[in-house]
Amino acid sequence: MAEVIRPEKLDISNDTSSLASPELLHVLAVDDSIVDRKFIERLLRVSSCRVTLVDSATRALQYLGLDGENGSVGFEDLKINLIMTDYSMPGMTGYELLKKIKESSAFREIPVVIMSSENIIPRIDRCLEEGAEDFLLKPVKLADVKRLRDSLMKADERAFKNIMHKRELEANDIYSQLKRAKI
Amino acid sequence: MNTVVAQLQRQFQDYIVSLYQQGFLDNQFTELRNLQDEGTPDFVSEVVSLFFDDCAKLINNMSRSLEQPENVDFKQVDSGVHQLKGSSSSVGARRVKNVCISFKECCDVHNREGCLRCLQQVDYEYKMLKTKLEDLFKLEQRILQAGGTIPQVDIK
Repeated sequence: MAEVIRPEKLDISNDTSSLASPELLHVLAVDDSIVDRKFIERLLRVSSCRVTLVDSATRALQYLGLDGENGSVGFEDLKINLIMTDYSMPGMTGYELLKKIKESSAFREIPVVIMSSENIIPRIDRCLEEGAEDFLLKPVKLADVKRLRDSLMKADERAFKNIMHKRELEANDIYSQLKRAKI
Repeated sequence: MNTVVAQLQRQFQDYIVSLYQQGFLDNQFTELRNLQDEGTPDFVSEVVSLFFDDCAKLINNMSRSLEQPENVDFKQVDSGVHQLKGSSSSVGARRVKNVCISFKECCDVHNREGCLRCLQQVDYEYKMLKTKLEDLFKLEQRILQAGGTIPQVDIK
């Protein structure tokens, strides 16, 4: 009689690696102002995030490989957990960047946060309607960044738990079937 | 030795408080200071240095746009003011930021004379702040060299 593998011995691989090292939430920050880039970088580092800074929406798209040019780093290698972008930028605005990201099948799941120095309600509404995770008024507060990070961690944790639960159910199902078949 | 440090710390405290009271700095500068730690002792001076370089560049560009009375690029000036307002807001440069508010109003109504006045004022304010902060950072250095720590100042 073959040994029945009990569910808890099944090798459940941990592919939601973002939880394995929680301090390495990788944030892509987009802002044309060098002062603001320096500032947001510090906020994110203090919040234990890994930061990539770019100075335009175009460069952000290049980094993500969405600018139509082939040969960029694969999505899995980039593993961006959050995009924070300024709204008013020369060339492509943060809003246009948001739209492009939400149109992309590879990146639409990444939360995008818009930052702006102007408290314009229609602008905020438009961004949220387009799928922005949040809209922050500049200057951004450390509390805002920490709140974002915490809610992303929770979402990750929930997703991870859901996956684990699902696998547990599947494993239990297999176990029951094997038992019934008296193998 | 102790009293030297205490004296310098007192001097520092008084000086930075006066900068807030005179409206040169606001809360955001405090936020910057709070983000600095032993691992990043130059964070504040680096950010303000970038800010002052930014000011010089933006003022220079706006000056050129405002030069020819018949040919003022108000869009460019508006863009410059917006950027200046944003970065001054990010570092807590209160007076510079306030001039930008008036500056924007002049720009909106295409008032070249008003813009030129604001440009002059913003130039004056950023240079004034630069000098003040240089003095503040020098005081910090003196405290550190005397073996003291830089006081956490609570601005009410």
